[in-house]
Amino acid sequence: MSETSTIEPTDAEAQNVSAVAIRFAGDSGDGMQVAGTRFTEASAIFGNDLATFPNFPAEIRAPAGTLPGVSSFQVQIADRDILTAGDNPDVLVAMNPAALKANLADLAPAGTLIVNSDAFEERNLAKAGYDANPLTDGSLDAYRLLEVPMEALTKEAVKDTGLKGRGVLRSKNFFALGLMAWMFDRPHEPTLKWIDEKFGNDEAVRSGNELAFKAGYNLGETTEMFRNTFEVKPATLPPGTYTTVTGNQALAWGLVAAAQAAKLPLFYGSYPITPASDILHELAKHRNFGVRTFQAEDEIAAVGAAVGASFVGHLGVTGTSGPGLALKSETISLALILELPLLIVNVQRGGPSTGLPTKTEQSDLLMVMYGRHGESPLPIVSISTPADAFETTIEAVRIALKYMTPVILMSDGYIATSAEPWLLPDVSQLPDISVSFATETNGEDGEFLPYLRDPDTLARPWAIPGTAGLEHRVGGLEKEDKTGDVSYNPLNHEKMTILREEKIAGIANDIPEIEVDPDADADLLVLGWGSSYGPITSGIRRVRARGLKVAQVHLRYINPFPRNLDEVLRRYPKVLIPELNRGQLWRLIRSEFLVDATSYSKVQGQPFKSIEIETKIMEMLES
Amino acid sequence: MTDTAARYTRQDYQTDQEVRWCPGCGDYTILASVQNFMAGLDVDKEKVVFVSGIGCAARFPYYMNTYGMHSIHGRAPAIASGIAVARPELSVWVVTGDGDSLSIGGNHLIHAMRRNVNIKILLFNNQIYGLTKGQYSPTSEVGKRTKSSPTGSIDHPFNPISLALGAEASFVARTIDMDRDHTQEMLQRAYDHDGSALIEIYQNCNVFNDKAFIQLTGREERELNRIKIEHGRPVVFGPDDEYGVVIDDGAARIVEVSAVGIDAIHVHNAQASTPAAAFALSRLSHGPYGPTPVGVFREKPRLMYEDGLQQQIHDSQADRGPGDLQALIGSTGTWTVE
Ligand code: SF4
Repeated sequence: MSETSTIEPTDAEAQNVSAVAIRFAGDSGDGMQVAGTRFTEASAIFGNDLATFPNFPAEIRAPAGTLPGVSSFQVQIADRDILTAGDNPDVLVAMNPAALKANLADLAPAGTLIVNSDAFEERNLAKAGYDANPLTDGSLDAYRLLEVPMEALTKEAVKDTGLKGRGVLRSKNFFALGLMAWMFDRPHEPTLKWIDEKFGNDEAVRSGNELAFKAGYNLGETTEMFRNTFEVKPATLPPGTYTTVTGNQALAWGLVAAAQAAKLPLFYGSYPITPASDILHELAKHRNFGVRTFQAEDEIAAVGAAVGASFVGHLGVTGTSGPGLALKSETISLALILELPLLIVNVQRGGPSTGLPTKTEQSDLLMVMYGRHGESPLPIVSISTPADAFETTIEAVRIALKYMTPVILMSDGYIATSAEPWLLPDVSQLPDISVSFATETNGEDGEFLPYLRDPDTLARPWAIPGTAGLEHRVGGLEKEDKTGDVSYNPLNHEKMTILREEKIAGIANDIPEIEVDPDADADLLVLGWGSSYGPITSGIRRVRARGLKVAQVHLRYINPFPRNLDEVLRRYPKVLIPELNRGQLWRLIRSEFLVDATSYSKVQGQPFKSIEIETKIMEMLES
Repeated sequence: MTDTAARYTRQDYQTDQEVRWCPGCGDYTILASVQNFMAGLDVDKEKVVFVSGIGCAARFPYYMNTYGMHSIHGRAPAIASGIAVARPELSVWVVTGDGDSLSIGGNHLIHAMRRNVNIKILLFNNQIYGLTKGQYSPTSEVGKRTKSSPTGSIDHPFNPISLALGAEASFVARTIDMDRDHTQEMLQRAYDHDGSALIEIYQNCNVFNDKAFIQLTGREERELNRIKIEHGRPVVFGPDDEYGVVIDDGAARIVEVSAVGIDAIHVHNAQASTPAAAFALSRLSHGPYGPTPVGVFREKPRLMYEDGLQQQIHDSQADRGPGDLQALIGSTGTWTVE
């Protein structure tokens, strides 16, 4: 089957499919993220490959039953390697009319639609803007519609638990989950164990959720209504131990790992901001690793504190999203001229301004490239998938330490919140990225020259407080070459500007060359960065499945670019650059290499669909 | 001063950089006081860090032969917080001005004080923007005519002591550049205090705001206007201590001691359970006009942020052992593919 499968409903039992995408959709308060995450977990343990796409509103509690309040979680499970959560769900679970209305357009043709029929009453229908009840007016005839009175059945299931009032219906997401567990033959244990752990201290809630889950499962098993289930066999992934990881989680763990690999304490200064806050939450749990999280009074203080920590020999890191990065800009320029190591994580979201806080976009690239005052080049490293965040984070830290420079690490909302299986690395094999602090003076007359550079990397020495004899002052004013003393000398300023530039440009010699996948004699190269990796790769697979040739390059390093990028770009008559922005990498590529690349832009707060990429590639190949 | 034989001289704390303040600037006096004070401290010089923002005062770290950072406008308390939290064994000092810390950096100042990070903040208050050549500042008096307020400032000024007390600073003091002994005493008290300390230093900018503090520094005026407050002592002042302060209904006012009797005079308590009385004292004047208190307003230790953090790290390691990275990345559940 293709990346997104469309299931042909048949009467056969346990229909065997290669990949299937399921979307749970309901009100923000309906627990759809929990249901989706649990389904994912059970599928991971079952051995499927998978990818998820959570999609939730910016409002914490939008009015119940309305379209803005709809929250959804899509997961694709497969018996083979997949890269996205699927373009269109094959199965849609809709907990109320608003969830149906907001998601129906995405459901695959003839897809399976499971609705909580109890919610389809007049008030809810009106809130969702339905004039007539879609369950009865024939408008859903094209789908395989299964109506389940989930509220009544949940009430019945939990009646002896002591749950009262609104607490009763809170369990209905577990009812829906149980039904899906039956339909896809998911193991029970992981979910039941999780319920025990999560709700163990409230017996009524614990047993309510468990009973609702089982009732959902049993309904499937015992009713005529559901005649067929789907069988998605375990994927043949490379052997090893796996976990399911979101991008924010892998990034946070990557920071802990990088600190260990660098033999430095980790200091994370941050201010709460969607979708980066989970990095702060995750790190705050790990005090036993010596992690210092510092929730600052604002974005500026968050990066300022990290700069302070770097100055005294910690691994200083700050994390944020676009609006926060704008605020940090002046301090990042300070760290740049101080030439201190610093990692700045930017989890991009839809902008400008508050924009689309919970939706994904790749529109901060030109800001991180050019959005500082003065001549201020910085390395930019970009994460491609949730699991890739771990290794890429360590690599970004390596560059920051070795070159004594702030580094910008780019993620986005899609990477941050979606999940995929991750083959756990053996952490004893992590690279040693440690650097040494200066301990001796380095000047000819026994003085310390804080800006005397390493001839290879052009990095200056890192002399930290507590080191006798190396007391020195750094600052935002232009400094004299070598001594670091304040200098307004015109030629010195030019020299220092160029030295800072050459230091960053030289990193190109310390990063791998691009390998084209596959190194084919294709006419078209698709060049991408960031979270578009999944959709681009699966779009390319679809084109290749037609017997056509397409080459692919996905960038981890955006500044400096890999040293052979110029040459690679020139191998192909056509270059396509799909991005969730209005052509930002495209502009960089054109201005840097004078290559007449084509931009493919999408700014809807949603990831690309593989079919969109496929269609665009076909258009390019045929033109 | 400590009893230990001085390990350093003032020269050890001087740098080879040419000091570039205007001749006659109050900053020179403060620099000398700080260098003298530091030389007498029993602290390794390499463990001292000076951080500043932007402004005339912010040049300070260049003239101190310690580790130092001349950072960006208003952000020194944030950067210093990172330094102190990361390395609690360091002696961390912030040098700032009224524009730097009360205008552009106001947020960082109040948060550093409420968090009680162990940084010592020296706020050089000259009530003017010096480096940008003479605009009114957040401590300039209403009506002040400057280049940016040719018809008189309509900005209500901050009272830095009131602000610090309101931010629940655990140590708040005020001193005057010209009074080196008092400045050094305040520095020592701040240094000895565990936690954030704010010292407002009235600093004369002889170029753009000369004699702003004349009522507290003039030979004639100062006897009448300087109220030296001391913990446990009645608040009295004047050539013969003939004036005193009483606090009633939460407000402080000046009385003649003979009229009310010494027992009615407010006894200053820098360690009171609430900063209310210290706040009332800070409201006696809204700037260096008329009788104005100097000295330690508040000195009330409480948990330092970095101690709390170290404790959590310690407890967490005692509880869960030092972090095991391999276990961490598998902590949310794993499965194995054969
Ligand atoms: S402008 Fe004022 S504060 Fe600045 S150096 Fe000159 S006298 Fe001192």
